[in-house]
Amino acid sequence: MNYITISNNQTIPISDIPEINYDTFFDTNTSFIYDNVERHCVNYYGYQFNNRIKLICCIADDNTHEIFVSSCLVHQTDKLSSFTAKLFCFEKFEREIHENFGIDYVDHPWLKPLRYAHNRFDKSKQNANYQFYSIDSDELHEVGVGPIHAGIIEPGHFRFICNGEQILHLEIQLGYQHRGIEQYFLEKKNLLQRATIAENIAGDTVVGHTTAFSHIWESLCGFKAHRDIQFARTLALELERVAVHTGDLSAVCTDIAYQLGSSVFGRLRTPIINYFQEWSGNRLAKGLIRPGRNQFPFSKLLGERLKEVFDKFEPDFTEMNEELFSLPSALSRFERTGVVSFDDVSKIGTVGMSARMSGVNRDIRVSHLYCLYPELNHEPIIKHHGDVYSRVQIRKHEVWQSIKHIRNLLNSIPEEISADSTLNKPKPNSFTLSLVEGWRGEICHCAITDVNGDLLHYKVKDPSFHNWLALALAVRNNEISDFPVCNKSFNLSYCGHDL
Amino acid sequence: MFNNVKILYHQGKQFIPDVTTVEVPGIFRGRPIISLEKVDQSKFVELCPTDAISQNPLCIDLGKCTFCGECARVFPNKISFTKDYKLSVNKRENLIIKEGEDQPIELNSELIRKEIHKMFGGSLKLRQISAGGDNSCEAELNAAGNVNFDMGRFGIEFVASPRHADGIVITGPISENMAEPVQICYDATPNPKIIILAGTDAISGGIFLESKAINRSFLEKYPIDLYIPGNPVHPLTFINGVLGLISRKK
Ligand code: SF4
Repeated sequence: MNYITISNNQTIPISDIPEINYDTFFDTNTSFIYDNVERHCVNYYGYQFNNRIKLICCIADDNTHEIFVSSCLVHQTDKLSSFTAKLFCFEKFEREIHENFGIDYVDHPWLKPLRYAHNRFDKSKQNANYQFYSIDSDELHEVGVGPIHAGIIEPGHFRFICNGEQILHLEIQLGYQHRGIEQYFLEKKNLLQRATIAENIAGDTVVGHTTAFSHIWESLCGFKAHRDIQFARTLALELERVAVHTGDLSAVCTDIAYQLGSSVFGRLRTPIINYFQEWSGNRLAKGLIRPGRNQFPFSKLLGERLKEVFDKFEPDFTEMNEELFSLPSALSRFERTGVVSFDDVSKIGTVGMSARMSGVNRDIRVSHLYCLYPELNHEPIIKHHGDVYSRVQIRKHEVWQSIKHIRNLLNSIPEEISADSTLNKPKPNSFTLSLVEGWRGEICHCAITDVNGDLLHYKVKDPSFHNWLALALAVRNNEISDFPVCNKSFNLSYCGHDL
Repeated sequence: MFNNVKILYHQGKQFIPDVTTVEVPGIFRGRPIISLEKVDQSKFVELCPTDAISQNPLCIDLGKCTFCGECARVFPNKISFTKDYKLSVNKRENLIIKEGEDQPIELNSELIRKEIHKMFGGSLKLRQISAGGDNSCEAELNAAGNVNFDMGRFGIEFVASPRHADGIVITGPISENMAEPVQICYDATPNPKIIILAGTDAISGGIFLESKAINRSFLEKYPIDLYIPGNPVHPLTFINGVLGLISRKK
């Protein structure tokens, strides 16, 4: 066998992952995906292994709920043929491997730095000397934006090549937010410190990332979370989705200068995040999810309060949407703006909302089940135009859907509360992978332990990792004035990408 | 038109009438109180993820604390977090809360530069810089300007360019890759200008203090006018902190 088949959150001995030569590795993984839209790469990365670099590739099958993992040992000096030349969805992964280890790909089309990680191979590469793509022409001009942007938002550099008002090309250069997260997971030894790092990966996806980390850790320790813990995580994941989607609807309205929508959606987000505070003491749910624990037991009373919050929220949310989607001036800014086709989305391997907007049925809540999702009979919301309109529609429908899921959950609030238990030590020489559907899309964490059960390697993949490229493609041939609304309709994470 | 009026009517009154006295819902973790009960102090030092707790006497440094609540969870009789969201100081040491202390946290008015009230008392325009911030403080600073908290009523606003700003607000531990842009942005802000650090990550580096990928040398060069703790900063903490800095003291 060239690979091993695992399921979400399964821990296996690292030695069970077949180690194959690069040619076989190449063929196995590319043929998994070639012509198979229901399969995609959830993680592909390298780590130091003796004097060589071990590459690990994980391909998920959305229909069979399986994940295929294979590995390959290479030298830093090897010149490899790139997966990307055959399948574009590997582009970011190979750039990362190149940046971290200096491995050369002979036929990679775009081998540029990805995030200027602190422990990158070539320190002479700096943000300041990044080589932007440019076109030599008297008619075209370039517009540079960032790293610091006009709003209260994270840094990143956007370089547009425009023909008059029209964008021909956008290149997004990131890395400014890099805090060395993956390495830091290994340096900080205590579990609470690691959980705190996980919740700081992306502050708008606190629940998503801490859930992924908790799943990894519990699986490594052989701990099975009781229903109350899973209940809290499922509920919090859906609540986070409601809060962010509502906030982003507000931001989209701001960017089309629709003040009423901006204010109403903005204030509708408030009771949702205030509810997180009522429950956990923090408006963004920091401190709520921890491995092996039910930090803030969910009571009947909290359930009643949440119903009250939704009873007030829903009519206003629905009314505002009806108005927004009946305004010709709003629709004309949404429809056919920032289109990414089904073909492009499949090619670049976007995840979550940024896949579902263009007809790709990709949602970890049905494809690789976890927590209480098996009970919720979740059906992904799929749109087909890949434009701002589709993304805004998805947000609206997902808010309604998440509220429905939460109301379902509230019908059976677990009465038994898990006592705090001390987790066993993680299993030595093991590999674990965890997939969670955050509000942006799939979050993937992978961990490897050493002979003593200490973390040897930790890998984080935020949904924004792939999805940034979708934004760059979306704005092509659009007016530059439509960039803000395109950007907000995605609302991708800088820190989640930069780590 | 009729629809718009209906929607407006359905919103009711959303703004918080008095942001200095309003009570926050639920179990907010604000200013902690440390009782004088005898406990094994070394346990605290071990349990805190960011070394915010030191012993003899037992103290919590709110500039390092991530407000995770772990200490209060394990030793509920020793440490409790009140709902007091007024946490800002203008002297770094004043963020250290000692055993037995239970008084409001306030700015030291002696230390506020004279020009601040004179120049910015009625209007303060700020440029925000996220420097390795995780977008949680950023989200809360945005929220401070929404219709609920409505910071604009005090003339406090975020602006799009440092050239229009009276000062900068830094969030995040300052990643190495943002060190230079932070300096450029500060230099582009006209004098006199203020520096505000918002959130635990900005004040001390927070959980990222020992990460090799951050570079906090900028902060050693200039006096800091305001430290606003939180993980993330609560909009009310932010607004009250800034008001404390710019309004005239009796
Ligand atoms: S609440 Fe603050 S002081 Fe207490 S353990 Fe957490 S970080 Fe440390």
